[in-house]
Amino acid sequence: MIFKKWSVLAIMMVMLGTILAGCGGSASNEQVMRVVIGGEPETLDPAKMTGVPEGNYAQAMFEGLTELDAQALPVAAAAEKWEISPDGLKYIFHLRANKWSNGDEVTAKDFEYAWKRLLNPTTAAEYAYMLFPIKGAEAYNSGKGSSDAVGVKAVDDHTLEVNLERPTSYFLASLTHSSTYPVNQKVVEANNEWATDVSTLIGNGPFKVSEWVHGSKLVMVKNDQYWNKDKVKLAKLEWTLVEEMGTALSMFENNQLDFAYEPPMTEVERLKKENKLQFSKIVGTYYYEFNNKKAPFDNPKVRKAFSLAIDRATLVKNVLHDVHKPAYAWIPFGFTDPTNKKDFREEGGALFKENIEEAKKLLAEAGYPDGQGLPPITLLYNTNENHKAIAEAVQEMWKKNLGVNVELQNQEWKVYLGARKSGDFQVARAGWNGDYADPMTFGDDIVTASGNNYGKYSSPAYDKFIETAQNSNDQTVRMQALHDADKTVMDDMGVMPIYFYTDYYCLNPKAKGLIASPTSIYNFKYVTIQE
Amino acid sequence: MISYLLKRILNSCVVLWLVITITFFLMHAIPGGPFTTEKNLPPAIMQNIEARYKLNDPLWKQYTDYLVNLTRLDLGPSFKYQGRTVNNIIAQGFPVSFHLGMNSIGIAVLLGIPAGVMSALKHNQWQDRAIMLLTTFGVAVPSFVLAAVLIHVFAIKLSLLPAAMWNGWQFQVLPSLALAGMPTSYIARLTRSSMLDVLGQDYIKTAKAKGLTSYVIMYRHALKNALIPVVTYIGPMAAGILTGSFVIETLFAIPGLGRYFVTSIYNRDYTVILGVTVFYSFLVIALNMIVDMIYPVLDPRIKLGGNQEE
Repeated sequence: MIFKKWSVLAIMMVMLGTILAGCGGSASNEQVMRVVIGGEPETLDPAKMTGVPEGNYAQAMFEGLTELDAQALPVAAAAEKWEISPDGLKYIFHLRANKWSNGDEVTAKDFEYAWKRLLNPTTAAEYAYMLFPIKGAEAYNSGKGSSDAVGVKAVDDHTLEVNLERPTSYFLASLTHSSTYPVNQKVVEANNEWATDVSTLIGNGPFKVSEWVHGSKLVMVKNDQYWNKDKVKLAKLEWTLVEEMGTALSMFENNQLDFAYEPPMTEVERLKKENKLQFSKIVGTYYYEFNNKKAPFDNPKVRKAFSLAIDRATLVKNVLHDVHKPAYAWIPFGFTDPTNKKDFREEGGALFKENIEEAKKLLAEAGYPDGQGLPPITLLYNTNENHKAIAEAVQEMWKKNLGVNVELQNQEWKVYLGARKSGDFQVARAGWNGDYADPMTFGDDIVTASGNNYGKYSSPAYDKFIETAQNSNDQTVRMQALHDADKTVMDDMGVMPIYFYTDYYCLNPKAKGLIASPTSIYNFKYVTIQE
Repeated sequence: MISYLLKRILNSCVVLWLVITITFFLMHAIPGGPFTTEKNLPPAIMQNIEARYKLNDPLWKQYTDYLVNLTRLDLGPSFKYQGRTVNNIIAQGFPVSFHLGMNSIGIAVLLGIPAGVMSALKHNQWQDRAIMLLTTFGVAVPSFVLAAVLIHVFAIKLSLLPAAMWNGWQFQVLPSLALAGMPTSYIARLTRSSMLDVLGQDYIKTAKAKGLTSYVIMYRHALKNALIPVVTYIGPMAAGILTGSFVIETLFAIPGLGRYFVTSIYNRDYTVILGVTVFYSFLVIALNMIVDMIYPVLDPRIKLGGNQEE
């Protein structure tokens, strides 16, 4: 009798186990990619989106005139080919035959409409500046010009003519950015809230949105109207909207996901040992921003002393588990020099070397031998465990190597942003990620007139090099000017680079064909799940 | 009874108005706004954005506009999630939080009360000690630690249940248990001490002397009175659980309302901060009123509107 009871219980447990065991992974052989790259999108309207997750969702749904290939160089996408005038001021794009996911034809007029919509001041688009190289674009956006004066025109349904203000050799690279994607004019004009409704979320990309459960998932299915649909093997691309990357990792390890972005740093060592982690180059620099306008950091010798006195390799190894790379320049790895296809940073090499004796000497020359006479110094960072650990390590190194006591101050994100913008800091943690695959996205960020140059670094020589690179149509001249600019800012130590970011993620080994761009945008178009 | 209710409703409206006013001015006093971003926006673009959301109006006008809209139950648009309204966010998030909350309250009540009763009946015996030990852990261990242990054991090691998301009954098991851990333990402890207190009272001794069965004494006389402090606890606890738990919803990627309590403040999403606060306050007030109305049912000596406890 007792045996009978136990056997019934055992059978029930096995049945329950069988039911539950099926919960984790996807049961069918359908080509489905389940991805976490971030949380709920703020919007799916390309003109209004700003974050990395949104950029990823947009790349799956839309296609710009160009896209990045595996070498991070712009290649033809919605445009089949183009001609550039010898002076680099006129671009004629020839669009390939393609359709929107609702069956409408994608025309040059849609591009003209989308770009003018991005620039329209009432759209209030954060990324409107991506199109500022176009003639009249900045004037229109700031309310000083008209949309008719903007140098973009649909010559016919398949030809788009673009006139630039000045030769902009990175223009093709900048067109890979989501803000420049086309929108279906008819759909957008019919409904102002088109991007919130799945039925009107019309795209021209490899996938189309089929379901959007706010805060939970964004499901995309293959777009059968896409011009290159035969190359798209995935039937479904399922974005799970998760902000907590620890949760995403648990889901990956439970076979609920095929791609989990940036697992927590505390798990990195284990994941490396278990061979679950993959890395890709991205264009991002983690740095400390000096307030160049306030003593003592208005003195380049003090800035250099502080920079030369920290051991970046030890810091990256101990605090960041060697995920990222120590930075000895401002412009990071990940940019391809178009003249020779080499990595821009590898070509430029390290632009300074850590040297404690030299650091001490410079500090003494600045009038602060062994740190004596320095005013109280505070290092500002936004609340985050990694930033805290890095700040503590740097604080310790400055104390040990220079004899300088530095106080740490952490602030909540928006309070910290306010302090940086108002110049209410001495040294502040900062990070910069490139918008497009050209070193100019770093170069023009710290020119004197840049709105993002919160440390107020200002060097006529630096500005001149950037101006040369902006105005030249010759890639050799441009690249050299950018290298010179990079060297200038490091000689002045206008900003203090600490490490170059690397993207790291867990990827199902069965998923092949992923293209990871240096702007953290992942192209799932050619992915297949191999059995 | 009706005049008592009307008085309570009137008081509640005043409380609600105070909550809105204090929250409104406090959130505007925090540095940084909804559109403060790391990249510096040109002033012209910033002006356009502020004009769109009427943030360039004087603060008193924004405040009065909010109150006027609130009378129409319009909580305004979210600043962070474009094209979504606060009403929409609450309408989509609350049912999920409610579902998760009801699961947890169910677990807490169904496990907590019997455990507390058993503990009291077996006072100082091994059952009592075992339950007290377990509930000590339950009260002391934070829900996110319990959640992490449950995920590690049942999702990753045993692969029995999903680690996160909200797509079916099997997705509800771990978050419901994680969220129920603390209240279950607390209810068990509260029930135990309350039962012990009641069991020592004269009327129970009288009931025993009258020769009533222990079943009747326990369930008809003792438990009913012992539950008064438990019900008092369940009211505000239910409000907290029903509107969602930020930690549990974040850890399990559950699309509930709980996460908005915290993220809206990080984002300075003014309308969402206010909307969720108003909603939460309303819920707390309503649940407290319901609890007050349950008291006379449990103990006829308690009367609503004063002259309580003879």
